[in-house]
Amino acid sequence: MSGEGRARGRTRLPRAETTATFVGMPAFPSMAREALDNTQQRRNLAHATHTIRTKRAAVVGEVPQWEALRLNGSQTKDHMLAHLDDYLLQLEENLVEAGATVHWARDADEANRIAIDLVRAEGVDEVVKVKSMATQEIELNEALEAAGIAAWETDLAELIVQLGHDRPSHILVPAIHRNRSEIRDIFRREMARAGRPAPEGLTDEPTQLADAARLHLREKFLRAKVAISGANFAIAETGSLVVLESEGNGRMCLTLPETLISVVGIEKVLPSWSDLSTFLQLLPRSSTGERMNPYTTMWTGAAAGDGPQDVHVILLDNGRTSVLADEVGRQALRCIRCSACLNVCPVYERAGGHAYGSVYPGPIGAVLTPQLRGTSSKLDQSLPYASSLCGACFEVCPVRIDIPRLLVRLRTQVIDGKRGGLPTAEGAAMRSAAWMFADHRRFEKAQDAATLGSLLLGRRTSIHRLPWPASAWTEARNAPVPPRETFREWWVRTHGESATGTTGSGGPGAAGGVR
Amino acid sequence: MDAPVTAGARTQAPPGTRVALLATCFNDTMWPETPKAVVRLLERLGVTVEFPVEQTCCGQMFTNTGYADEAIPLVRSFVEVFGRYDAVVAPSGSCTGSVREQYADLATRSGDSGLQEAVGEVAPRVYELSEYLVDVLGITDVGAYFPHRVTYHPTCHSLRMLHVGDRPLRLLREVRGIDLVELPAAAECCGFGGTFAVKNADVSVAMGADKARHVRDTGAEVLVAGDNSCLAHIGGLLGRERAGVRTMHLAEVLAATEESA
Ligand code: SF4
Repeated sequence: MSGEGRARGRTRLPRAETTATFVGMPAFPSMAREALDNTQQRRNLAHATHTIRTKRAAVVGEVPQWEALRLNGSQTKDHMLAHLDDYLLQLEENLVEAGATVHWARDADEANRIAIDLVRAEGVDEVVKVKSMATQEIELNEALEAAGIAAWETDLAELIVQLGHDRPSHILVPAIHRNRSEIRDIFRREMARAGRPAPEGLTDEPTQLADAARLHLREKFLRAKVAISGANFAIAETGSLVVLESEGNGRMCLTLPETLISVVGIEKVLPSWSDLSTFLQLLPRSSTGERMNPYTTMWTGAAAGDGPQDVHVILLDNGRTSVLADEVGRQALRCIRCSACLNVCPVYERAGGHAYGSVYPGPIGAVLTPQLRGTSSKLDQSLPYASSLCGACFEVCPVRIDIPRLLVRLRTQVIDGKRGGLPTAEGAAMRSAAWMFADHRRFEKAQDAATLGSLLLGRRTSIHRLPWPASAWTEARNAPVPPRETFREWWVRTHGESATGTTGSGGPGAAGGVR
Repeated sequence: MDAPVTAGARTQAPPGTRVALLATCFNDTMWPETPKAVVRLLERLGVTVEFPVEQTCCGQMFTNTGYADEAIPLVRSFVEVFGRYDAVVAPSGSCTGSVREQYADLATRSGDSGLQEAVGEVAPRVYELSEYLVDVLGITDVGAYFPHRVTYHPTCHSLRMLHVGDRPLRLLREVRGIDLVELPAAAECCGFGGTFAVKNADVSVAMGADKARHVRDTGAEVLVAGDNSCLAHIGGLLGRERAGVRTMHLAEVLAATEESA
């Protein structure tokens, strides 16, 4: 192994070219439009999501009791959420007893400050990182960088994103929007600036790319004094943390450095050790389409002479307790970040992860982000609408999160938030439509206007262009021409109004008392 | 388990039961041929179907766009209009889904316990057409004749909200003269999604374009589905492409007979 890379010593962390925070990003439809024009990304995403969804379907199909497992997983999570306060205290107690230090963080700033102080206390200016959604959510890497500490991502896909000055676009495969040749170019261009350079003549062969990453990362693993991770599960009963991964880089970080800092969302708790078995079946099959993930690392505090001797756990709230307060919305906290819902989502497949303006893209992002951040920004107001409500996400979710229902609930929240303010064009249109539908005679009058349109259009069977706002429809689609006779006119003509079995104009009598 | 149930048996709604047609506002105004077909079909099968003219709209567009307050009066009028029927049949998976799966949340929001109770009573009696034919009437052979190459798109709300499964296909397979071909990636959403089609028009069209491509790949003359809204979207794209593929509601195919051909 050449010593060249090592001799370069500490180099600068690649900085994201766009702002790290998502504040002020445009709403979903305009970001999606941009993504749709990126044909390379469209191809990459369609290919990757279809491959993994086929794999998932196959391995899930192998488990005859899958539905029972799903139910068990969702019930365990619901039970945990209902008694979260107790389980968190139990977790803390057992962690402390096992030699770990527990920190509580209300929000991102607090968590970042705690982590920075812990790294500074070790007197180092770099850390290695295990892929973690929680640390992405709080933008820990950016905070560390601002404090003069380099955070090296060691997950292959995260490394690609970091070296590419990019943002993750998928929960599990953050560089899913990139293909092999793009990755080769990034490695060739950027590795030298971050440490060991890419080998001469690197091709886009997967084994060559993996080798390049391995060599580049190895020196960082061996040098690092501090590692930062998240956790997939935190077991209250024993004070154990669990990380599932595929590459083994996580295990290097979790075992080699002297100090380990784990940032754990408070919803990651499982009551007992035996609960884990359900999730060790649900997670790998749902996420990577594997029967079992290659590496499962578990640690309980610090063990003398083995692994990190200084273990810190930062329990992160960052909006979770407010999600918990909503009895229906809280089911989003069951999420085990498997990303199955992303891989089946037709909207995600086309729009890509960046359009969601959050570290949580796809269907779960569309419900989790507005719950964690609130719906005050245009972007967060647009997220619940970033779905056709096709229901594919609910069908695959291993913990049965009813994402379509949550989307509708959040849309209602967005509209409720606008009531009382300046009336929007949409709100006015909806209110007058509701007024029209409130009485069938009004509805019939409106239908007359629609059929009138058909008379004016003569014998044409479709419309090619309509004025705004219907232009959003006719931009790419023909619109049907209203028929000359509505159904109800036909009914009265052929069956007579009395055939309804009601009195006709007086309205129904039998179902009274419902007002 | 898949054995065809023939219309010869004239299995019908139990005597004395009252069956209402929920035409849906969209079909009533834009696609009257569909509810007409339901009437023809059910009458042919010996069911007396009523059309309460007081009905307007199930409120789905309001509910799914976030206008719950605007939807609640429509829930009220729905239970008033349809409360007295033993069965309500709709040629729409999404409107049926709206009543069966979403009314309870709206009733809860209204805070009116009477409405919650009424919804709880009516909602389970609302059937999508294929459910009513197969589950209630016990028929898969409705005596239809439709000599065309047909492919079937299972709309998302029929498929995943109502779980109608293969009921529509079982009905179509019994149609005489039909050349039924499988649609690739059939379970994928066409991209309509109600107001999604205009709020996220670009993504909606991208999804629909893939669906239209799959439809063309089958070489079918007619695309059939259980929701005219999805068909209007896919048909609108096929029409813009001048693809020469017609769209047709399942009810219209099932209502077609040798005499009507
Ligand atoms: S919402 Fe469900 S499917 Fe989506 S990432 Fe979370 S657990 Fe997986």
